Amino acid sequence: MEENIDTDQIIPARFLKSTSRDGFGKNLFRDWRYFNNNEAQPKTDFILNKPEYKGSILVAGKNFGCGSSREHAAWSLLDYGFNVVVSSFFADIFKNNALNNGVLPVQVSDEFLQKIFALENGSTLSVDLENQTISIDSTGEQQKFEINNYKKTCLMNGYDDIDYLLSIKQDIINFEKTLA
Amino acid sequence: MGKTLFEKIWEKHLVKSIPDGPDVIYIDKHFIHEVTSPQAFSGIEKRGQEIFRPLKTVATADHNVPTINQHLPIVEELSRLQVQKLVDNCKKHQIELYGLGHPFQGIVHVIGPELGITQPGMTIVCGDSHTSTHGAFGSIAFGIGTSEVEMVFASQCILQNKPKVMRINVEGELNKGVVSKDIILYIISKISASGATGYFVEYAGSAIRALSMEARMTICNMSIEMGARGGMIAPDETTLQYIKNRLFAPKDDAWDEKVEEWKKLYSDEDAVFDKEININAADIEPMITYGTNPGLGITINANVPTVESISDEGERKNLIKALEYMGLTAGQSLKGMPVQNVFIGSCTNSRIEDLRLVASVIKGRKKNENVNVLIVPGSQQVAAQLSAEGLDVIFTDAGFKIRQAGCSACLGMNEDKVPAGEYCISTSNRNFEGRQGAGSRTLLASPLTAAAAAITGVVTDVRELLN
Repeated sequence: MEENIDTDQIIPARFLKSTSRDGFGKNLFRDWRYFNNNEAQPKTDFILNKPEYKGSILVAGKNFGCGSSREHAAWSLLDYGFNVVVSSFFADIFKNNALNNGVLPVQVSDEFLQKIFALENGSTLSVDLENQTISIDSTGEQQKFEINNYKKTCLMNGYDDIDYLLSIKQDIINFEKTLA
Repeated sequence: MGKTLFEKIWEKHLVKSIPDGPDVIYIDKHFIHEVTSPQAFSGIEKRGQEIFRPLKTVATADHNVPTINQHLPIVEELSRLQVQKLVDNCKKHQIELYGLGHPFQGIVHVIGPELGITQPGMTIVCGDSHTSTHGAFGSIAFGIGTSEVEMVFASQCILQNKPKVMRINVEGELNKGVVSKDIILYIISKISASGATGYFVEYAGSAIRALSMEARMTICNMSIEMGARGGMIAPDETTLQYIKNRLFAPKDDAWDEKVEEWKKLYSDEDAVFDKEININAADIEPMITYGTNPGLGITINANVPTVESISDEGERKNLIKALEYMGLTAGQSLKGMPVQNVFIGSCTNSRIEDLRLVASVIKGRKKNENVNVLIVPGSQQVAAQLSAEGLDVIFTDAGFKIRQAGCSACLGMNEDKVPAGEYCISTSNRNFEGRQGAGSRTLLASPLTAAAAAITGVVTDVRELLN
């Protein structure tokens, strides 16, 4: 329920030394999960260490992902197993990085977010990308979320932004001639 | 209706607008460094693609490098591998690298401008959120993620939704002892760490016009800390004077042509901004942050807010958590509080003018024996200029050691970390939990305020030392 969770918490700087995109899941929220960076010393109060909470949807307080442009934040969420992050407000760069990496940011109203936080253990949420809805399964309560149509098409079809840009290379070359 | 400066540059670089989707924007200059590029390079290679425009790409090693013994192999293995990867990648793809050992090496947002690479009217990106620094020259400059780095490698373009535009006017004259770092910390304290999310900011007004280029860079640098996509300042005579004759600046006829072009770079009189904020320069005093986001700042003589003074429930919780982490009490004053560390450096404040400010405070005085001080010039060239001006003697006479260029303790990726529980007054840009090392406690401030603390060993109002 924490607000303003910044990228230094999601993935601390000392873990940015990797030269690949893999294996970031174990360092997700590292300093909130463990004492002394030691997996044998979990902070049992922290929600990811509580066995009754699991799933592929992360729900967080407003302004999730503020701070650095490190895309590693999105990779660590994905690698850990989250496909969706729900909040009432997302920092810009983080939102883009998530969308570019198969992590869907779902922005809901503050009211709806508080309803989710008030749910009992074991409750589930459903997210329907095609219809752009998020539902609380136990009550059927639903809210629509925004997503850029282009990104939605890419996510649903497994296209990549770079595939798209490569397909318009000639347009780019023509454009360069106008700058000269 | 007139256009904003932002719109003029955006439109000039628009390759295509995707219906109900982002715009395709052409990128004039792509800066890269060792942390956010490796996966982009391997991504390109996996696709069997080449770097589309290697000549528009400039590389340096800054985040992970040590700030002592740069002539020796890097001790920390992962850092060494990452820096080596950049060397290998640049060689393979023929990208200009100003790496360790090169006379132009330094923090990416320091070297671009000092080499004359950063110019008005450009679109500039880099895998680093403080890319907004380059906006000080009247360019659209912003930070991008590694996937976007790969996009630029593949196509020299980026997909971007056009942000809204905000103008922040700062009018009047700055008080004594107040510098541009205080201006931006003041602004963020007023509008919050998310106050400009979704906007690109233009800074204007007489107080902004009066600033030097380096001072303007400090302001644009921290635009991201209020959630803005980027920040810019329209070019003027000050800008031209700075760029002229720098190594990669256009020369002779090409210079004259460019100047004519750049003179058209301003927001029209009747341009409409989505939001406008007015700030009175006379209201600004030396600032210091007390919390765990850059918006939690106060003037140097003020008290940390009380919980009761905050109406928003979420913000109250934030304050309580921040104060607990920082070991501070609501309502307390910071002045006179001992600090164990002072860091002068980072892309925010590590240029020659920042170091001159520091020298003006410490000259004839001695470093306090209870403070560990790191002074990290922003680039090899800044370090050379330090010596040429004799400032290095002022620093060493006062008992300070000067390090070698790099991002250093701003984010503690290398060995320059602040120990857990210790306070550090820092001229950098972020005070998040653990930013400078796990458990470290950062107080953001200007080079003047940091220098004062290095002498007294406690949080100090620098104006008392400047008499």
